Formats: sequence, structure tokens, C-alpha cells
Amino acid sequence: MKHLLSMDDLSLGELQQLLSLADEMSEIQKRSQPKVPALRHKTVASLFFEDSTRTRLSFETAAKRLSADTMTFSAASSSVNKGESLRDTVETLSAMGVDAFVVRHKTAGLPLAMTQWTDAHIVNAGDGAHQHPTQALLDAFTLTRALEMGNSLAGVRIAMVGDIRHSRVARSTVRAFVLLGAQVTLVAPASLLPPSLIYSNATHTSHEWPVSISHHLDEVLGEVDVVYLLRMQHERMNAAFISSVGEYALHFGLTPKRMAKLPHNFKLMHPGPMNHGVEIGVDPALVPGSLITQQVTNGVSIRMAVLLSLLGPAATSEMTKEERNV
Amino acid sequence: MSSNKSVLITGGTVVNASGEVLADVMIDQGVVQEVGPNIAAKYAAESEGGPQRIDATSCVITSAFVDLHTHLREPGREESETIETGSRAAVLGGYGAVVAMPNTEPAQDSVAVVEFVRMQGERAGLVDVVPSACITVNRAGLQLGPFHSLTQNGVTLYTDDGNGVQDPVIMRRAMEYAKELNITLMQHCEVSRLTEGAVMHEGCCSSHLGLPGWPSIAEVLMLQRDLELVRETGAKMHFLHLSTARSVELIRQAKNEGLPVTAEVTPHHFSLTDEKLTGFNTVFKVNPPLRTMEDVEALRTGMQDGTIDAIATDHAPHAAHLKDQDLLAAPPGMLGLQSALGVALKYSGCSVQRVIDLMSWAPARIAGLTARQGNAVAAGNIANLVVFNPAAEWEQSLEQIVSKSHNTPYLGLPLQGQVQYVVRDGKVILEAGVITK
Repeated sequence: MKHLLSMDDLSLGELQQLLSLADEMSEIQKRSQPKVPALRHKTVASLFFEDSTRTRLSFETAAKRLSADTMTFSAASSSVNKGESLRDTVETLSAMGVDAFVVRHKTAGLPLAMTQWTDAHIVNAGDGAHQHPTQALLDAFTLTRALEMGNSLAGVRIAMVGDIRHSRVARSTVRAFVLLGAQVTLVAPASLLPPSLIYSNATHTSHEWPVSISHHLDEVLGEVDVVYLLRMQHERMNAAFISSVGEYALHFGLTPKRMAKLPHNFKLMHPGPMNHGVEIGVDPALVPGSLITQQVTNGVSIRMAVLLSLLGPAATSEMTKEERNV
Repeated sequence: MSSNKSVLITGGTVVNASGEVLADVMIDQGVVQEVGPNIAAKYAAESEGGPQRIDATSCVITSAFVDLHTHLREPGREESETIETGSRAAVLGGYGAVVAMPNTEPAQDSVAVVEFVRMQGERAGLVDVVPSACITVNRAGLQLGPFHSLTQNGVTLYTDDGNGVQDPVIMRRAMEYAKELNITLMQHCEVSRLTEGAVMHEGCCSSHLGLPGWPSIAEVLMLQRDLELVRETGAKMHFLHLSTARSVELIRQAKNEGLPVTAEVTPHHFSLTDEKLTGFNTVFKVNPPLRTMEDVEALRTGMQDGTIDAIATDHAPHAAHLKDQDLLAAPPGMLGLQSALGVALKYSGCSVQRVIDLMSWAPARIAGLTARQGNAVAAGNIANLVVFNPAAEWEQSLEQIVSKSHNTPYLGLPLQGQVQYVVRDGKVILEAGVITK
């Protein structure tokens, strides 16, 4: 694997390998000194053209726990504002000697374009509404481990609720869940589903979404094991996607009343950051099956696994597990 | 501009609207003097002071092409194209005239800018550069352009291309002027509220890629509105770069009802689909966007059955640093002049004669250029001609491109039909694929 750009590029085997490697990383994280020298002398640059604290910090923590040098580039303070082209920025940083770029950008496909501009490895940390593969990996890791199902989600029924249309999390995580054998139902008003799922004239076989669709959260609650809530962005009502945040919360938010309809051992997931009172109307700390904090913890392990498999000698099997973990 | 030297084109097939015939063509004083089989024998050899001879064996001889839709970028964006470089690309594509779109900087919304473009075209002297003008001031859709002044200065085509005219009041008033002045409005059909931020066709690909979509309905709604306004006002209207299957249906219906409308399609819309965007390559970002195979097939049928009148390139050069951005930031548009014939003959499913109609005779009529362009190859007509080999297969390479920009979508795709000679006012300005002027 040279880059991690899209979940579409990963086979089931590769996905499972990363999950297993994340188990090892997770062990390292539990140590009193959670740091290994595996990526010493490697440089990982995070290039964030869009605001994100948690994902950037998660990647940087992962890189540091593997002893990589890190540098951070955030658009707000950067030469992007001085009119330097993106391509020039990437070429300039590459010239400083970067082994991997972790990139987030508002435009879908930008990480792929970057592979033309640099020889470094590219990790997509979110491109527009397209992909966010490490989120998908950490979601798959979190859920498989919580359900103690090994590297499988065979037969697990998952409702993903919210703004699927604009969600890179949905585009990546659905793919991971489905690859592992889960049955996914997307729950949203039609306006927040990808257009190809609501207009019957837009038929094409190569871009199928192997999912079920529902417009009524109440109807699916009794039939799922996992509820995955997506963040509802307030701006959406300006472009007429929803009437109001309140109306959305009323019909698609997870309220105590709705929670009562779920099986008592259901699992709750959310990629963060949460809009309390919108998509989530319960205190997740009081939900026994909430995996939201574990998603964050596991995010570091998964990103360690990704960086290690892209940059580490593990990729070429030059080093044993013991050597990596020294 | 007539040339002193006479020209004799031998061994080719003359294709006119009335039919085709194997014939030689004798040109003198800028005018076709004689067309007929084996007339070459009457003239002395070139070496003995006879006419310049052009061997058109296995080629078609017909009127030079007319492009209704060319972005020459001058004034204002000379790093992407100039009137001179765009004219060179046009000659290589077999064109005798191009309509210069008015989205320049400043826009072609005044007599001064329009005259500048015309003058630069004459200075380059390679094709007739026919300036169109804006419908509204600076194409902003708010204030009508100076139709009377511009019409007095010879402008017959008006468009805000790049923007559709959103306001129905403005559009209705513009049509009232169009009717009164006997000019043609050319609409870019796009309800902009439905396409905010859009970079590609809204459909399965965009849904999968997470890219903001440009739905077909945004074109269809404006087209429908304008057809009703044409019905009411009787103004002549030309529809630019139609891209959807439903648009073809609507035009077909409007023509059956006798409305004074014409329509064009671009080579890229009938040869490429939205699947091209799966690699996120900004070369394939264009407005309106590449659509689905179903749309492509409807456009082809429309071209074949006469619903669509013209192939227009929407030649839209963008300098490398502009296209070398992310998909949201990169400007839409692709080159077209040098590849149009090759795409048309390879992908339209039309006969050679029909392609010539779409690329020369019909657009010359729509643009009101028949005094100089789009006429039969016949004695007495001005010799603005193209000679091309309709069977020659070729591939476009970057080295062939003479535009200042290189954003062609056709690298590596098979094309068919190669331009060999262009005759302008009786003078050979393209010889065996090389500009001689």
C-alpha cells in the first residue's frame, strides 16, 4: 500500500490486516511508556486546509508514538493565504523531505491529485464529502472489538442516521461495515441522501450503495443492533435541506424516548464532534452501549497502524514484531 | 484580400448540401471560378506558371467550418489564449469563422470592446472573428446591454454565456429587443440556484465521489422557460451547449411547433460521460458538465435527425496553473477547436455530409455569416474552404496543440477525420496541416 486515499481501494483482506495491526498498536498505547522507535527518522507532515482539531491531533499523536518527526501545516496561518498555489505548497514541503502527508481538504479528490505532485505517501484525512478512510477503519475496529466478533461484522444490523449526502464518514464507513458483512440502513430525509439514491432515473451499476433506506427513524429502531449518528450541520437549512434544526431533531434525533425502543444492549456511535440536542438528545455518558469515547481512543491506534503499514519496515517485512515494538 | 495566385484543388470529393461529386475546384481572385470533373487538364502545371495545385485525393472539399462558440480569452486572460493563438487553433481545426464569446475582461458589452475583438481578429487574419455581445451589462444579469448601439455596429448574436440569464423580467425584455432588432439571443441554460458549488453532473458518479452535483433539471427548467418566452415574443433564440436527453426532446417539440429556435451541442457532450471524473481530473470539469451515456445517445440522435442544428466547440482554454487546482477551485472548460472534426466523425454517428451541415452550413446561417461562410463550393462563391480526409484516424498529442493552453480531454482517445488544407479568400493558409500564413 503506497497511499491510503479511499476505502474503495482496500480489499477485505487489507482491511482485516489493518484491524489486526491496530490491536498491536492498542497494546503499545496501554504501556506506561507508549512509544516505539518504528518510524524514527521518518517525517510525517499534516496538511490541514480545513479546520479539524481531533483528527489532526489524533494523527500527530499516532506519529509521535511511532517516533516519527512531525510537522504541521494549517491553512489559516499558511502561505495559501498569500496566494501560493496548492501544488507549489506541496512541492515546497516535499523538498524539505517529507515521507508522508496527512491531508485534509474541502475538495473531493485533492489527495489523489497530490499523488501527482510528490513522491511521498499520502494519507487522506478527509476530502470534501468523498472519503475519510481512517474514520472508517477506526469505526470498524471499534465496533468489531466491542462486539467481540474478531475481524467480522457478519449479520450485524446498523442504522446510520443523518446527513449522508454531505458525509465523507458515511461514504467510507458504510463501505467498511458492508465489507465486514454488516447490514446497513441509511436513515435520513430524502434531501440528505445522495441524489443517486433518491432519483430513480440516476441508475448506474458501478457505484451502487449496498444498503437499505428509511426515512423514518422510529420504524427501524426495533430492528437494529447499532445506531451510528452523523453530525448535523446547522448551515444545511440555508440550502433548503431541512426546515430547521429543531424539526430535524424531532424526527431524526436520538431522544430518550427513542432510546427506549432500542434493544437494551445496543451500541451507539458518533464520529464527533456532537451537536447535543440535535442528532443526539441523550447524554452519551449515560448510554451503556456508547462507543463514542472508544472511537476516539481507537483512532490513535488505527492511525498508528496506517502510518506503520505505509512507512514502516513492517511493510516490507524487514522487521519482526519484537523489533517494531522495542 | 483576394490572392493573386490562383489555386486548383484536384482529385477530391466536393460535398455540398445538394450532394457530392468527384470534382476539381478552380479558385481565382478569391472566388471559386469553376467546379467540375477533370477540369485540371485545362490548366498549366504549377512549374509552368499555372495555378497552385492541391492534391485532395481521398479528401472532402467543402465550405470551411463555423464555430458558434469560441472563448478566445482576449482581452483580459491572455495567459490562457489570445485572439491570434485561438485563430491558429481554429485554422488547424478547419474553421473559417469563429464567434467570440463575450465573457472577456472587460466583457464584450460595449461597442469599444466588440470593435477591439473584431480588430484583433482582422489583425491575426486567419479566420473571421465574429464578436458576440452580452445580453446584460458585464453578464451580471441585472441591466440590459446596449442592443441598439451594438446592432448598429454589426453585432447579431447576444449571450451571457457562462451565466444563464436568471431573471425572467430581464429575459423577457431582452427578447422584446431581439424581436424588434432581428438579432439572435443565445442562452446558456442553467438555473444557478440549482447548481451552486457544482463541479460535475448530479448522478451516480457524483453521489459516489461526494462531489456537488449539477442536476440536469437546472438546464431543462431554463430551457422550458425560454421556449415559452420565444412562443410569446417571437424572438429568435439559439440554445448553447445542450447536454441532457430531455433538452433534445424539448427542442424537437419546439421545432415541431414551428418556434424560431436553434440548438448546438459540443463535441465533448456527445463523446464523453461523467465517469471521466472518477479520477478527479480537472480537465474534465466543464459547464454544463459531462453527463451520462443516456444523454450522450440522445444528443447523437438529435444531431442525426436534425433536432440539433450545430456542433459548437465551447473551446475554453485555461492556463495550466488555473487547471492545476482542486476540482472546486479549477475553472470549467476544455479545448475544442483542433479536435472537433475528429470527434464529430468518430463519435456523432452522423454521415460526413451531416457533420458538414452541423459544423459549417447551419452555424453560418445561425450566425448570419452566409455572405462569406457556409456556402456551396460553386462558381461565384467566395473561396472559404476546408479540405479534410474523413477516414484518417489519429490521436491528439500535446505537441499538436497551438492554443496557449493545453486542457484537451482527448489525449489518447481515437479520433477520425483530419484537416489538410484551409483556403481563406482564395488563399491557401493551411497546407498539409501546417499554417503557411
